[in-house]
Amino acid sequence: MTTAKLGRIALNALAIVIAIAWAFPVYWMVNSALIPNAVLQQFRPHFFPGGYFTTSNFAGAIADGSFFSALGMSVTITLIVVAVCLVFAFLGAVAISRFRFRGRKSFVLALLLIQMLPAEGLFIAQYKMVSSVGLLNTVLGVSVIYIAAVIPFTVWMLRGFVAGVPAELEEAAMVDGLSRFQAFLRITFPLLAPGLVASGVYAFLQAWNEITVAVVLLPAEAAQTLPLWLRGFVQASATRETDWGQVMAASTIVAIPVIVFFLIVQGRMTSGIVGGAVKG
Amino acid sequence: MSAHTPGARIEPRRTTGVPYVLIVPAVVALLLGLGYPLIWQIITSFQKFGLSQQFGKPPEFVGFDNYVALAWNGEFWQVVGRSLLFCVVTAVITVVIGVALAQLMNTVGRSARLILQVSMLLAWAMPVAAATTVFIWLFDRRRGVVNFLLDAFPGVEMNRYDWLGNPSTFFIVASVLIVWMSVPFVSFAVYAGLTQISDEVMEAAQIDGAGAWQRFRGIILPMIRPVLSIVLLLQLVWDLRVFAQITLLKDAGSKSGEFDLLGTYIYKLGVASNDFGVASAVSIVVLLITIGISWAYVRELIKEDEAQ
Repeated sequence: MTTAKLGRIALNALAIVIAIAWAFPVYWMVNSALIPNAVLQQFRPHFFPGGYFTTSNFAGAIADGSFFSALGMSVTITLIVVAVCLVFAFLGAVAISRFRFRGRKSFVLALLLIQMLPAEGLFIAQYKMVSSVGLLNTVLGVSVIYIAAVIPFTVWMLRGFVAGVPAELEEAAMVDGLSRFQAFLRITFPLLAPGLVASGVYAFLQAWNEITVAVVLLPAEAAQTLPLWLRGFVQASATRETDWGQVMAASTIVAIPVIVFFLIVQGRMTSGIVGGAVKG
Repeated sequence: MSAHTPGARIEPRRTTGVPYVLIVPAVVALLLGLGYPLIWQIITSFQKFGLSQQFGKPPEFVGFDNYVALAWNGEFWQVVGRSLLFCVVTAVITVVIGVALAQLMNTVGRSARLILQVSMLLAWAMPVAAATTVFIWLFDRRRGVVNFLLDAFPGVEMNRYDWLGNPSTFFIVASVLIVWMSVPFVSFAVYAGLTQISDEVMEAAQIDGAGAWQRFRGIILPMIRPVLSIVLLLQLVWDLRVFAQITLLKDAGSKSGEFDLLGTYIYKLGVASNDFGVASAVSIVVLLITIGISWAYVRELIKEDEAQ
């Protein structure tokens, strides 16, 4: 009995040690962001900011001229992608979960396959297409590609939510004299709100974090999104000493909104990706 | 979900054009962003892009020449081999650690589990650009905390060790980074599967004298098999698309071709050298590998969709 108890304590301790190790890179990012670079350059690393605590790294990172333009790019692209994807994906989801029609199966199959395709397998062609119409380094060029990349999963995710609202509810409302459209708008739509929020946040995360396609389609410094802006700090280290305090402050700025939004939708994303496999 | 689907009931009355109208926007967006580039890419992979095309001359069709040239290109095979090795090793390590941690979550007390889950969520939520940048700093040659900690062990001489400067340790760092980012998804998915296994079954097995390993092999593994295969498949596909991580790590390390995986190789061929024909051919190879791996996964999801 005591060995079993000891084993249990050991496992709990192990879990906490692993938790600390796993969170360490995130902690280290924030920690380094709060310590002046001169101190970071000392031989012995500081595991807590302590007396060195400073916010000047954040001020320095933002003062870098391109921060606000990168923020503007990221916000604009993300808003466009979220809005367009939500509308298009919602319509698509209604089609595949409320109707059985010829070609439905092919449509679903295409969505699922497309969702798996890596950006690396298409970005050369996308680069050629976008540059041939003169849209390199523009919001529009990159948004078109992002929208196509994000739609498949959002349709798939919303499909589950639409299917989860019983059509009987709608039918009952129709018996009460509402038109089909009215019934949908007043009964089904409000029940879908959580699904729309989850899909919207998913689209937000994709567009906000994307860097692969951005590297290809937004080569100009003036057209950088936030992840590219962050990359610029490391690239600059080729020619001058890296100011790690500022770089970590920049990383923190890019990461914080994502972490917040991510925590909101995390549960839905797991079940969306692995589908019914979990329920067995 | 129940076998009676809510949606199916309206279906007989509605075989109008409505669903087609509803999918038009999505289809147009997909054709524009993916369909057109894909077709262009297939055509281009049969064309030759040389110096004269950079001066505006239209490319000529050369049949399978680009593919044949690739087949005889040693560097291409090296990149393919390296990418597949990297992908398989990273995916397997991710899944093994993910399952172990899911099992740990399932065994420990509630507060320890919560702490572990919060920590995993933090890693999962990190944007790839930020995560990669942090890892570059962790493994920094001069002031990285990893070298400092390793060096602190007696007998280990890691001061100023240049992780990103030579290919084998470069890919170790890349792999550690990707495992760190991907394990949380695996452990959450598998943990969700583990919670479905009833305590009675486990207790019965224990009373019958099954040891921990036997219980894992005989009960847990078969029960979580569907999740496990999906998760492994997704990891394989995802670990082929590591352009972002490799590009950023190369920014801090070296520009040499020995550090390339398929993504960065295609980028170099296409955007950097304007050799669109060969770049397209390599892209097609990447797409085929991906579709090959993901076919089984997509079939599973389709089955689920039909069961609904």
